[in-house]
Amino acid sequence: MHKIACHECDLVHDIPPMPERAAARCVRCGSILFRSRKNSIDRTLAWTLAGLVLYGIAVSYPFLTMKSGSIAQQTSLLSGVEQLYNQKNVALATLVLLTVVLLPLIQLLSLVYIFIPLKFNLRGRFAIPVFRLLGQIRPWSMMEIYMLGILVSIVKLAKMATIVPGLAVIAFSLLIFVLTFALSAVDHHMVWERLEKDL
Amino acid sequence: MTVKYGSAKRMGLVSCRDCHLLSRWPEVRDSQIVCCPRCGSELHRRKRNSLTRTWALLLAAMIFYIPANVLPMMITSAVGSVQADTIMSGVLYFLHSGSWEIGLVIFIASIFIPFMKFIILIYLLISVQFKLVTQPENLTRLYQLTEAVGRWSMLDVYVVSILIALVQLGVLAEISAGPAVLYFALVVVTTMLAAESFDPRLIWDVVEEKDE
Repeated sequence: MHKIACHECDLVHDIPPMPERAAARCVRCGSILFRSRKNSIDRTLAWTLAGLVLYGIAVSYPFLTMKSGSIAQQTSLLSGVEQLYNQKNVALATLVLLTVVLLPLIQLLSLVYIFIPLKFNLRGRFAIPVFRLLGQIRPWSMMEIYMLGILVSIVKLAKMATIVPGLAVIAFSLLIFVLTFALSAVDHHMVWERLEKDL
Repeated sequence: MTVKYGSAKRMGLVSCRDCHLLSRWPEVRDSQIVCCPRCGSELHRRKRNSLTRTWALLLAAMIFYIPANVLPMMITSAVGSVQADTIMSGVLYFLHSGSWEIGLVIFIASIFIPFMKFIILIYLLISVQFKLVTQPENLTRLYQLTEAVGRWSMLDVYVVSILIALVQLGVLAEISAGPAVLYFALVVVTTMLAAESFDPRLIWDVVEEKDE
């Protein structure tokens, strides 16, 4: 039995030991208090490692190619950032770089840094601040919105050119799901308890 | 389990926003800070100056929203002609060219969502400030909605960044980012920060005060 306050309305609840894969809701405002997960460590690690492989492919292989007559323009995931930078839009280039390229990588690396030691009952030196960071950056990591942007761009250019999606686009779209699965396999309550115990 | 006034603040407790640990709130002076015993992040029983901060960020976002919609998002130069597109003209282009679904997606993400966020945040702020809370559950849902959908407004910023990378055909055609993109990105960032600085627990504080 432990006590927890609702994140949205501050009502204090007594939480009994929870079965695996269950969610507790606030009795007053109805928000989710927390969820318990099954095999959290193994599942998080498996998705994360798959995510790292996909990430490698997504940044290094051709992303989209535009073919119009005899001209073909090939781009990578970073081309948009580069082009914004060339057009002197440094702030925008940084924003796109962060939200689409860097933050997902930081998420994957943080998960590795926390969960590989946890698997062996260890704790990295910076595990606590890293785990806090992981929770804070989630809303700012926007791969799925970028993916929708790709679809819109393809439709927009459909009349003037043919757009050929490269291997990186496939890896990128899979990565969206894989990273979501990795993050939702994390059992926050369990991780915090384990991180605390090793102090 | 359902004690009527069971909020952590009333019980002399404080919940950590980062790790969710519930700990005792010590007697402190205003200048002192309290840190979570488990994760070390700074503890506040309610987010600091939540209403003022949210108002400020919201006003900033509403100001940025004007140039974001009026100025061109994208400048297309193709063999001799130059065309500047705003968000709305982009939406209209899709409506006329037959892909109305895409036009609708852009309209929702770029025009409707930021506008809806303004309205909801103003409604939440006024409800809390003037203690006009009648349906706290619904206000909480509205707050969670603004938190969840706000990010999707980034769509148009990404579309521009993808198009300018793809369409670099030298003399034939070139696309460059217009001044509105930066303002638009600022709208998204400031509304996200505004939603983050609003403290939904204030809604329930009003209800508890009334019940007393």
